[in-house]
Amino acid sequence: MSEISKDLHTEHMVINMGPSHPVTHGTVKFLATLDGETIVDLDVEIGYLHRGFEKMCENSTWQQVIPYTDRLNYVSPLINNTGYALAVEKLLGIDVPERCKYLRVIACELSRLSDHLTNVAAAGLELGAFTAFLYFVEARELVWDLIESLCGARVTVNYVRIGGLKNDLPERFEEKVRHVFKEVRRLWVDVDKLLTKNRIFIDRVRGVGAISAEEAIAYGFTGPCLRACGVPYDVRKAQPYLVYDRMDFEVPIGETGDNYDKYLVRMEEIQQSMRIVEQALAQMPDGPINVRLPQVRMEPKEKIYSRIDSLIYHFKTVVEGIKPPPGEVYLAVEGGNGELGFYLVSDGSGKPYKCRVRPPCFALTAAMPRLVKGRLLADIVPTFDMINMIGGECDR
Amino acid sequence: MLADVIESLAKIVFIFTVNVGVFAPILGWVERKQSAVMQDRIGANRADILGFTAIGLFHSLADALKLLTKEDFVPANANKFFHTLAPFIALVPAIAAFAIIPFGGRYELFGREINLVIADLDVGILYVFALAGLATYGTVLAGWSSRSNWSLLGGLRASAQMLSYEVAMGLSIIGVIIVYGSLRLTDIGAIQEDFFRWGIFLQPVGFIIYMTCAIAENKRIPFDIPEAESELVAGYFTEYSGMKFVMFWMAEFLEMVTISAIVTTLFFGAWHIPFVTDAMLLSWFQGAGPNGAAALAMLVNIVVFFAKVSFFIWLQMTIRWTLPRFRYDQVMRMCWKMLLPLSLINLSITGLVVLLL
Repeated sequence: MSEISKDLHTEHMVINMGPSHPVTHGTVKFLATLDGETIVDLDVEIGYLHRGFEKMCENSTWQQVIPYTDRLNYVSPLINNTGYALAVEKLLGIDVPERCKYLRVIACELSRLSDHLTNVAAAGLELGAFTAFLYFVEARELVWDLIESLCGARVTVNYVRIGGLKNDLPERFEEKVRHVFKEVRRLWVDVDKLLTKNRIFIDRVRGVGAISAEEAIAYGFTGPCLRACGVPYDVRKAQPYLVYDRMDFEVPIGETGDNYDKYLVRMEEIQQSMRIVEQALAQMPDGPINVRLPQVRMEPKEKIYSRIDSLIYHFKTVVEGIKPPPGEVYLAVEGGNGELGFYLVSDGSGKPYKCRVRPPCFALTAAMPRLVKGRLLADIVPTFDMINMIGGECDR
Repeated sequence: MLADVIESLAKIVFIFTVNVGVFAPILGWVERKQSAVMQDRIGANRADILGFTAIGLFHSLADALKLLTKEDFVPANANKFFHTLAPFIALVPAIAAFAIIPFGGRYELFGREINLVIADLDVGILYVFALAGLATYGTVLAGWSSRSNWSLLGGLRASAQMLSYEVAMGLSIIGVIIVYGSLRLTDIGAIQEDFFRWGIFLQPVGFIIYMTCAIAENKRIPFDIPEAESELVAGYFTEYSGMKFVMFWMAEFLEMVTISAIVTTLFFGAWHIPFVTDAMLLSWFQGAGPNGAAALAMLVNIVVFFAKVSFFIWLQMTIRWTLPRFRYDQVMRMCWKMLLPLSLINLSITGLVVLLL
């Protein structure tokens, strides 16, 4: 045998996966060097979805940035909205009313639900379990229905405002939430039955894409992927924002950091997110949803049309933008994939001097070669799915 | 002589129509509708003729029209001859395999003895294996001649997988052959007139191994690694379009029918209803005269046989829409380390029991 392999001339095969390939959802390219089916080397090329988010922000007023943030992680846009708004509010040194905080928590958790549902669904799809995929896509549809009733859009939500929100809860929202969560829980049980103890699924994900906690931290992992390694780091617990410190929820952690642990962590977080939404709805106080600072948050239209001071403020904020004091601020929220940070610099004008986003999946994508090198071609599939790289967020 | 030819032709036309004309397009529809039911969807229902959708049945027609008129694309550096040949090699065995499968008993009709099988070969089941071996060439050639990395990887995977599973599949069937003492499928079918001598009771392990290997041989989920769409785009038929693509697709569906037919014949009493013999059928239909009785009994045989076949097709589809896909090394490990030893043990025990009894 050894004689034969010495004489036999073999070459590595270089194969281009993507940018348009079934596994590279989110437009990314893998340049894989294969020895048979084994991955010898993997190059990740990102940037196919680069739209110059940070540069665009420098040319728009502070409020005009919010629709752009929808397009960062387009699976959980409400979290991006909230993160950006919180960062600007920190820069302004203002605090939003209680009811607004609760509403933002609800919005964030609904978004997290849709993110995790999509991610687990895609894992099923890519491993050939198409039925599990459609069960969770149905659940996501229902969650998106909720989001639609909350803010009028399903994906490009544009809901959170600096110093407040676009609108209050719609009528009979709690009832809808109860109904939707009942359905989501039913579908969750179905998918759990189809995947969690499925021997084929476990064989495909167990031990694949494993990484130690130290290495994960060194790579800059955050979110479910880091928690799967056993590090209980969650921004919602570590640096509570909004009213997360009043919520009773668990941070699930894994042990080995492999794809199975990442899957289990996400499945558990789906349950926890639903708990948080229910608690927030139960605790939510009445009151205003916007700060009463006309130089930051627009006043109601009736006032603008009837009072001269309101009209002037409206004109100034729309034409020139709100003007935070010069300075810089970094604020992180727990995004769908991990720590979503906004680093803002203000020079005192109506436009951001710099708006830098720390995308959680950039660090995760960077670890792809480390995670799959020496493994089989087919292992790229679940590993890349569990990384959950979202092009809009990674490439910006 | 002429009567023989007419009889054979009639049977060939019948089986060909049932398979290519009914099963292949209907299965396309069933697969869509069944997956839709399993996944809380509505399924295909848009193609209509003058407003009639016929619960989505026209989709098969629309598919056929679309694929017939589609450009037949051959990649620039492909080996044109083999690229064209491959789908034929894949499809022909799938159609031809049905020739030896009996779909009914032996009856006297208008003074002629009619045996409801196209070719009553004495090598029987070996013929099926020979054809299955041939079908491997179709996929390997398709993978190699397309000059595409995805196709090549798919073709390599397919050849390794199909060759491996043929071994375990062959060994699982030998147990059945030992038990019945015949390779001829009509004999095997006739013995199963006795409900307690159905293959599933005599060879339960053999059934499980055969079913697993057969699905793997047909490259359907969970064994569809040669065409794993999330890894290899479409595997060995990535570079095929139009009718050539349909031929692979049809080969897969027809093979599914063949697998179900073989399972029915070997393990589930072929054309028999439990506790009902062909003689009983004939006596029940006595009122229709001898010829009428034979014709009715034949009809019952055929209906029972295809009902059983449909059940196993349904089973394969349910598996396909429930399970995720294996990884390449796992598929091979399962074959060589689990199924092969298991079928050898099954074979030895069967041999021992038959010898001692």
